[in-house]
Amino acid sequence: MDLSVVIVIEVLYAIASLALISAGLAVVFGMMKVINLAHGEFMVLGGYATITAVGLGVNIFVAMLVIAPIVVGLFGLVVERLVFRHLYGRMIDTMLASWGLSLMMIGGFKMIFGNTTTGVSGPIPGFSVGNYQVNGYNLFVIVVSVLLLVAMVAVLRGTRFGLVARGTMQRSDMAAAMGHSPDRVYMMTFALGSALAGLAGAVMAPLVGLVPTAGAAFIAKAFITVIAGGPVLVAGLASASGVFGLVNQVFSFLVSPVVGDVALLVAAVVLLRLVPRGITSRFFRGRI
Amino acid sequence: MTLNRRRFLATSAAATGALALPTMALGQSGPIRMGSVLDVSGIFSAYGTPMDMAQRLAVAQINAEGGLLGREVEIIGFDTQSDMALYTQFAQRLVRQERVDVVQGGILSASREAIRQTLRRAETLYFYNVQYEGGVCDRNVFINGVTPAQQAEVLIPWAMSESGPRVYILAADYNYGQITARWIQKYVGDNGGETVGVDFFPLDVSDFGSTIARIQTVSPDLVVAPLVGGPHLSFFRQWAAAGMNERIPLASTTMGVGNEHRVLTPEEGNGIMVAYNYAQELDTPANNAFKEAWAEAYGDTNLIHEIAVSHYMGVKLWAEGVRQAGTTERMPVIEALEDNLSIEGPSGVMTIDPQTHHATLDVHLMRFEDQEMALVESLSQRPPVDTQAVCDLIANPDENTQFEIEI
Repeated sequence: MDLSVVIVIEVLYAIASLALISAGLAVVFGMMKVINLAHGEFMVLGGYATITAVGLGVNIFVAMLVIAPIVVGLFGLVVERLVFRHLYGRMIDTMLASWGLSLMMIGGFKMIFGNTTTGVSGPIPGFSVGNYQVNGYNLFVIVVSVLLLVAMVAVLRGTRFGLVARGTMQRSDMAAAMGHSPDRVYMMTFALGSALAGLAGAVMAPLVGLVPTAGAAFIAKAFITVIAGGPVLVAGLASASGVFGLVNQVFSFLVSPVVGDVALLVAAVVLLRLVPRGITSRFFRGRI
Repeated sequence: MTLNRRRFLATSAAATGALALPTMALGQSGPIRMGSVLDVSGIFSAYGTPMDMAQRLAVAQINAEGGLLGREVEIIGFDTQSDMALYTQFAQRLVRQERVDVVQGGILSASREAIRQTLRRAETLYFYNVQYEGGVCDRNVFINGVTPAQQAEVLIPWAMSESGPRVYILAADYNYGQITARWIQKYVGDNGGETVGVDFFPLDVSDFGSTIARIQTVSPDLVVAPLVGGPHLSFFRQWAAAGMNERIPLASTTMGVGNEHRVLTPEEGNGIMVAYNYAQELDTPANNAFKEAWAEAYGDTNLIHEIAVSHYMGVKLWAEGVRQAGTTERMPVIEALEDNLSIEGPSGVMTIDPQTHHATLDVHLMRFEDQEMALVESLSQRPPVDTQAVCDLIANPDENTQFEIEI
């Protein structure tokens, strides 16, 4: 009984962390169709922002949930103005530019923070479930992730900005004809996606040691999740994370973490063979 | 370095000269060239950077005493950036272009095996100065790090006596972790215990949540963790975050060699049991002098760790070999070192074992306490019996194998 509770928490945690690291990419790639290969480095930037802020004496929750998203969001804004806005609609060029950006960012991290592992300790103590001990931070990740998905639905559905953004992504010419500036909408959306990446990196930082090249570990999983999720933003994110998190964790638990990662990739291949355009091209159509 | 015509002519002229006069050593007049390959950056930089500092300190000390054989020692060092592919590349360059007299370095066992054969073929003497899984039998190589018989053989029974007989092993997934895990299983069995689980992790794994849950399902008395590198450090954080550090004791054969106990908070590290050849806390005149010299050179002594000192001792052992031999040529230096050559340094007395080219050295059982290593027991002058059981370079000087333990 206790064990099943522990396993459920671990599975939920795996799903939540996948959703969290993919959320920013879902906005930037899923909505805007911008292939940002520097997404992993955006996350690492969020992690470093947190570690630096904590080092300066800021409360760790403030650092993770407020400072990191703001820092990375602003960074995203600047980069969008300087680089990405010139390249909308030019997929290969965007990939090249963002890859170059990722290399530059890795180089920058190495120069500023040193090419070595840094980290902060998790702020939440463990707790027991019967005879088992659970990392309290896992629950925190789950809560953050759920709140994030709820907030995304609320913004996209309930606010005027969400409506305008969705409309602009579908037909930017029509949005422009209605008096909205696609340029500004793209700018805000990209900054929002970057902020989400920063949040994800910040929340993951206490769990994993941060190295300048850590972004590579996140980006593959994030892209796989977003692509397998398909065209519908939040439902795609939730369903793809659900499938992959479950598969990954069950195999990690039964066999080993390595087999868990292999199983995740196999599941992705099988899934994309069955539904090439992603889960939400067949299910949950027309949702958000 | 680019190969311009002048340099090409110079090297080829030197090479021809060497062919014509095989007894004449290269560059007899210039400085003695010591090559080094270390991960000064990347995920193993916590190991490699202090090693690099230690070797520079050792060479500076040698040069301050007037050098070796009246010649200055020069370091030709490459940063391998925690990338195994760069080891072979830089080792080739050290022997082919730089033509060094000796190569010191390599950190992970994977890196040692990547360059060992290159150096042997090129007849360049090689010192590997890191604690490892034992069994390398090669007359071209000298190894002064602790081996399982020196370390795990005493660590495991002590840790089991502090906890209980059921042991779970978490190891890094490459030759070091695989072979060390087998040794640990052997010593657990020898001491009447039982290994209830073994898991291996690639070096970039940093999420141990499911593993921590798995460990709890078999509820061992002790977890032994030969984990390696920055990402694996997350295990100790997550273990403490789950509150497991209060429940199941930990022992490790690697934790702390890169000063991990200073990176973790006291709560995360306290109580972890280890056994090493060196700790900063050793209060001997030689160690205090070493720390003073380090402080003078670099200021902060916090970076000093076990394998940095091991590397320092490796450089000093080689230097003593050159002094005894009266030349930097490979065979005379090997023979001088094989003459039970012994030096004393910060980690105590270290004596070369001629049969295996390993070292007889002191081992200290220690426990992490508030980011320091608290000494529990010192074991004096332990020989590398694991390698001695399989390797005899006196009887078989041409041996070139790494023996592995069978279970």
